Amino acid sequence: MVASNSTQPISITLRVWRQAGPQEAGKFVDYQSKDLSPNMSFLEMLDVLNDELTVKGEEPIAFAHDCREGICGTCSCTINGKPHGPGVGVATCQVYMRSFRDGDVVVVEPFRAKAFPVLKDLITDRTAFDKIQEAGGFITARTGSAPDANSILIPKPDADLAMDAATCIQCGACVAACKNASAMLFVAAKVSHLGLLPQGQVERDKRVLSMVHTMDELGFGNCTNYYECSAACPKLISHDFIARMNRDYFKATLRSSFKSESLGASGGA
Amino acid sequence: MATLDSKVPSGPLADKWRKHKADIKLVNPANKRKYEVIVVGAGLAGASAASSLADLGYKVKSFVFHDSPRRAHSIAAQGGINGAKNYQNDGDSVHRLFYDTVKGGDYRSREANVHRLAEVSVNIIDQCVAQGVPFAREYGGLLSNRSFGGAQVSRTFYARGQTGQQLLVGAYSSLMRTVGAGTVGLHPQCEMLDLVIVGGQAKGIIVRNLVTGAIERYSADAVVLATGGYGNVFNLSTYARGSNTTAIWRAYRRGACFANPCYTQIHPTCIPVSGEYQSKLTLMSESLRNDGRIWVPKKAGDRLKDPNSIAEEDRDYYLERMYPAFGNLCPRDIASRAAKRVCDEGRGVGTSGLGVYLDFSDAIRRLGENGVRERYGNLFDIYHEITAESAYKVPMRIFPAVHYTMGGLWVDYNLMSNVPGLFVLGEANFSDHGANRLGASALMQGLADGYFVIPYTVGDYLASQKPGSRPSADGPEFKAAEENVLSMTRRFLENKGKEPVSHYHKRLGKIMWEFCGMTRTREGLTKALQLIPALREEFWANVRVPGSADTINQSLEQAGRVADFLELGELMCRDALTREESCGGHFRAEHQYPDGECKRDDEKFGHVAAWEFQGSDKEPLRNIEPLNYESVKMSVRNYK
Repeated sequence: MVASNSTQPISITLRVWRQAGPQEAGKFVDYQSKDLSPNMSFLEMLDVLNDELTVKGEEPIAFAHDCREGICGTCSCTINGKPHGPGVGVATCQVYMRSFRDGDVVVVEPFRAKAFPVLKDLITDRTAFDKIQEAGGFITARTGSAPDANSILIPKPDADLAMDAATCIQCGACVAACKNASAMLFVAAKVSHLGLLPQGQVERDKRVLSMVHTMDELGFGNCTNYYECSAACPKLISHDFIARMNRDYFKATLRSSFKSESLGASGGA
Repeated sequence: MATLDSKVPSGPLADKWRKHKADIKLVNPANKRKYEVIVVGAGLAGASAASSLADLGYKVKSFVFHDSPRRAHSIAAQGGINGAKNYQNDGDSVHRLFYDTVKGGDYRSREANVHRLAEVSVNIIDQCVAQGVPFAREYGGLLSNRSFGGAQVSRTFYARGQTGQQLLVGAYSSLMRTVGAGTVGLHPQCEMLDLVIVGGQAKGIIVRNLVTGAIERYSADAVVLATGGYGNVFNLSTYARGSNTTAIWRAYRRGACFANPCYTQIHPTCIPVSGEYQSKLTLMSESLRNDGRIWVPKKAGDRLKDPNSIAEEDRDYYLERMYPAFGNLCPRDIASRAAKRVCDEGRGVGTSGLGVYLDFSDAIRRLGENGVRERYGNLFDIYHEITAESAYKVPMRIFPAVHYTMGGLWVDYNLMSNVPGLFVLGEANFSDHGANRLGASALMQGLADGYFVIPYTVGDYLASQKPGSRPSADGPEFKAAEENVLSMTRRFLENKGKEPVSHYHKRLGKIMWEFCGMTRTREGLTKALQLIPALREEFWANVRVPGSADTINQSLEQAGRVADFLELGELMCRDALTREESCGGHFRAEHQYPDGECKRDDEKFGHVAAWEFQGSDKEPLRNIEPLNYESVKMSVRNYK
């Protein structure tokens, strides 16, 4: 990051992807953004620009955002070619104007991936992630049926590693950063978080097989080990989890070929 | 006038919930699938309610305005979740958690609800662990606990600095499991814009699909609102930008009473505003006050000087001076008000003058820079990221910010509002935190309501509704509600105003912060009650909402939310003006003890004020639910 401690205001040229709707053609449009405080966040800069556009009678730039503290995973801009911009381990909402120099041309695009179609301007449809979660990203624990919490002992290193994986905020930067638009880091984080815990063992094989299968179906690409995903991840989730998932997937595939599925509960008295 | 029957069961406090569950009506399994329940919001309360109801066999429809249910703002809670497990063997119990919560709420919550909350807190921890929430562990594999404000035991469970996200991921994973099983229909990017009442009961909602712009009608046998708090009425807050009051406000306009709207919590340690463009305030954990010392210069003339150049004798460590016993660790509301006072005196630091120093130089001398880094490194990093300043070298600047709202829609013991069939959960209701919420209790309440209360009480209501009696969404009430939504949209888009929506939101926020913030006075509130209606009029005359209704239109979304805030703000001021006492987060300057503590008036105000809408141009009606404390004796809240 080219962080500077200067309090001098800066001006930049913003080159923004504008696209009216999912079926429309998009294009870059230039805007001048002037007299910006370096302490302003990147999204606040867009807020101010949008207000200026509104007053001028133009349509503001649609962009996704919510918590503005790097935890909800909503914001999703590719800034100067990097998902979430120039920072390391931060989301778009945690980028500040002090990362840019006076006179810079800053290119802003939506996260690009076949499985994340653009809805409008900088907003993409990431429901594919929810579909993957639906396929197996859970431990079945019906409300009210849980044993006492301390009856399940979990070694601290396992709990900590599961937590490392669980920090994923489901933003999709890993997909946008990958030249194959692979969702392997996301799925690996989910599979590892649950698979590392004793509670997650019962459904472990089914989970990894089903989530990976769904990921493939939804049009995400494969991993070719460039690890751009980890570099772009706002939570810096390690690509080691991908290796862990591949191991799980291999074992589950092997085991499932020896197992015959039960035809279901027979009931009866 | 609305009937406010709290429906608190009779009998000893500790037996009420058990007895109530035994008395409650059940719906037989074959009938459950004939009922449809709408759940709006998918934070901790909404997601846990939707999946639990679906597992029982009801058909559930879940609506969120976010693109995924996992984005709800429960996700941002850092500290932890309370549970009366007594895993530390330090004498904790359900009764102690109950008592701490009632006292923390300054004796303005409903006793029976709080006791139930404490009872089910232990089940919540079990449920979350079973789902795979990676709580912090000790080396032996047991769960770890930490202590939190307002308690003398360690009962807070946590997952690094992101307990909220981990609990929400747990609830979300359950929700997605039920979505995958086909028992919950998920409607992301759909914002509820009206409540439909048929025959006096809540039977449906009108939503706007935020992607296509389509206005859609949905009918159901019951409606559950779990749509969070309304702190963004202040514009600047620690809430997510999208957090809003629209769902509960439109329900209020349809007859649901709004209880104690003036109860807001202001957190003392947030990063100050840096400019007019500011959109969001970031919380710095309260734990920093364990080692940081808070001060401002004694002389107003020093406020822009380099803090390190200000001599020790020219510094005013005002909390240590005013509250020698608790010092920098005095309760949230007291610390917040003291910061405001010194800034009002012109001694606030930073260019805006709205900030105080939180200084770690003593701690660094005592523990070394690495010692401080070990304890607070991640917080110092966040501070650096936002301000580009190193708190190891210069003191942090902090200022209070709006953080939570204790008020919300009125609900009875079953979490049902005064509109039959309308249930309200989590921060959106009013019942459990009284006039002030303790740390690590918001997550607890959201999950208690969703996992362990609503699955019983919705069934009790549905048992009184004939299966299959759900009205069709083609009925006249649905048509009228849809027309109401459409006419508002048309009005916005056809308005040929000049100013963007944010202009009015900012101005409203300033009025609310000045007159209905940390310290409230009769004079100020009276003034706000003139300023807000005038601002609202200006908003409707001069707001500009660009774009069209049939696509993503964030200006249109925001316009509707701000229109509601402009009405809610007035109600908050009215409530604050009428409540002639100080309690918890509601501080009326006229009602204080000489040491600046809240002076309650239990005789006149030991009640819930539940406001009832009477029409756009009429004053709302103030209904009262008396608070009867059977078990706890109301006393002066004292942490000294």
